[in-house]
Amino acid sequence: MNRRFGFFDATALTLGFAFLYLPILILVVYSFNASRLVTVWGGFSTQWYISLLQNEQLLQAAWISLRVAFLSAAAATVLGTLAALALVRYGRYPGRTLFTGMVYAPLVMPEVITGLSLLLLFVAVDFDRGFWTVVLAHTTFTMCFVTVVVQARLVDFDRSLEEAAMDLGCPPLKTFFTITLPLIAPSVLAGFLLAFTLSLDDLVIASFTSGPGATTLPMRIYSQVRLGVTPEINAVCTILVALVTIGVIIASLATKRSAVARQ
Amino acid sequence: MDVAPRPPDRGAFGRALGALIPAVPFLWLTFFFLIPFVIVFKIALSEPATAQPPYRPVFDLSFGLEGLSEALSQLSFYNFSLLFEDSLYFSSFISSLRIAAVSTVLLLAIGFPIAYAMAKAPERWRPTLLMLVILPFWTSFLIRVYAWIGILKPEGLLSALLINLGLIGEPLQIMNTDTAVFIGIVYSYLPFMVLPLYATLEKFDYNLLEAAEDLGCPPLRAFWRITVPLAMPGILAGCLLCFIPVVGEFVIPDLLGGSETLMIGRTLWSEFFSNRDWPLASAVAVVLLVLLVGPIVAYRDIEARRWEKAK
Repeated sequence: MNRRFGFFDATALTLGFAFLYLPILILVVYSFNASRLVTVWGGFSTQWYISLLQNEQLLQAAWISLRVAFLSAAAATVLGTLAALALVRYGRYPGRTLFTGMVYAPLVMPEVITGLSLLLLFVAVDFDRGFWTVVLAHTTFTMCFVTVVVQARLVDFDRSLEEAAMDLGCPPLKTFFTITLPLIAPSVLAGFLLAFTLSLDDLVIASFTSGPGATTLPMRIYSQVRLGVTPEINAVCTILVALVTIGVIIASLATKRSAVARQ
Repeated sequence: MDVAPRPPDRGAFGRALGALIPAVPFLWLTFFFLIPFVIVFKIALSEPATAQPPYRPVFDLSFGLEGLSEALSQLSFYNFSLLFEDSLYFSSFISSLRIAAVSTVLLLAIGFPIAYAMAKAPERWRPTLLMLVILPFWTSFLIRVYAWIGILKPEGLLSALLINLGLIGEPLQIMNTDTAVFIGIVYSYLPFMVLPLYATLEKFDYNLLEAAEDLGCPPLRAFWRITVPLAMPGILAGCLLCFIPVVGEFVIPDLLGGSETLMIGRTLWSEFFSNRDWPLASAVAVVLLVLLVGPIVAYRDIEARRWEKAK
C-alpha cells in the first residue's frame, strides 16, 4: 500500500477547501452586518433579512423560481431515469449514437447556445414565452444531469433480483415498480435534487426563454447585482446556501442509510 | 457486454412498454435539443431583421416543396460574412478560446493536487471530502460569482486586508480585469475538474508506484511516467468538462470582467438582448458550436467508453 498522505497533500486539501469555502463564508457573515459597507463591521443585525421580507419583487421571483424548479425537476427526473434505463439496459438500437450524443452534449453545452436555440424553437412554434417555456427549457437541460446520476447506480445494479421476480411470473411493469425503482431510489432522489438546484440557479437559459411576468430569482438577483453589492442580496444568498446545504445533507444521509440497509 | 437470459415472453403490452422507455426521452431531446439547433442554423442564414419583432416565420411547409426551395433560395451568408469582416467578433472568439485555455491549465494545476490528496486520504475520510467538493457545485453559480465582487473590488475585503497588513499602499485594481475573470472561472469550475480526476485517481493502483520506487525510479519520474498516463482519462474528461462551457461563459466575464474582456458568450448576449439582432446572434452561436463540436464529441466518447467499461 503506497497511499501515503503527506504534508503536501494536507496543504493541498487545506488551501483547496479554504479557497472553495471562504468566499461563501464571508458572504454569509456579511449578510448579518449592520453596516452597508463591505469593509466595515457595524455589528450583528438581521435588518437585511427583515427588509428582504418586504421586498415584494424578490419574493415573487423566489416563488416563481421554486415552482419552476419543482415542476421541471419532477419532469426531468422521469425523463432522465428513462434515458438512463435506455442507455444501460438497451443494447444496440437505431439512433443510439445520436441518443448518447444528445444526452451528453447538454452537460457541457454553453448555456447561451442552449438558451438561444430553445427561444428560437418557442418562437418558431409560436408558443408564448413565460412560465411554461422556462419549465420546458429547464426540464431539457437538467434531465441529462439526472441521467448521469441514475446511470451510475444502474451500472452496478444486481439484475438477478429482477430476473428472479420475472421468472416467478411478475409482470415487467410491476417488477420495475416493486424491485428496480426502490433499489435505484436514492440516485433518483439525488437526481431530482440536482435538477431542482440547477433550475433554481440558472440565469442564462431562463433569461432567454422567459417572458413577461416570469422573472425568476436569479434574473432578479442578476439585475440587482449589476447595480452593486447590497446586503439584501447577501441575505438572499445566505438563505439559498442554507437551503442547499440542508438538502444535500438530507440526500447524503438518505443514500448512506440505504447503503447500510443494502449491506 | 453480457447477454442476460431472455426473460419470459412479455406479450405485446410489455414489448410496447419496452420500446417506450428509450422513445420518450429520445423524442423529448429531439424536439427540445436537436430541432432547436436546426432552427438556429436557419435563422443564422436569414437576412438580418432588426425591426420588431426581430424574427420571421421559420418553417412554412404549407407551400410544400416549392416553398422549401424558395426558402432555400432566400438563405444568405450575410451574417457569417459580417462575423469575419468585423474584427470585434473575430477577437471575441480568439479571446474566449485563450481565456478558456489558460483557465483550463490553471484548473488542472490547482485541481490535480487536491484530487490526488483526496485519493490518498484515509478511506473513511473520502466520502466527507467528496461531499465537501460537491457541495459548492450545488450552491448557486451566480451567488459564488457574486461573492467575489465584494472581495475583489477596490474598496473590497482583499484590498482592505492587504493594506492593513502593509503589503500594498494602494487598493488593488483586480476587479473588472481578466485576472478577476480567471479567479472567477477557477473558483466556479474547480469541482468540475476535481471530480473526474478523483474518480480515476481513486481507482489507481498505488502498488505500481511502490514497484517503480523499488526498482530505483525517482518519485517525480514515477509520477510522470505512471500516475499521469494512467490518470489521463480523468485529466481529459476534467479539461473538456471545464474548457467547453468556459468558452461560452457569460456570467463570469459580465460580472467580474471589464469592458475590454471580450468573450463570445457576452457578445452573443449583447447582440441578442441589446442590439436585438437575432440572425447575427444565431450566426455567432453557429460558429461557437462548430468550434466546440470536436471537444464535445471527444467528451461524449470518453464518457460513453467509461460507462461501457463500468458495465
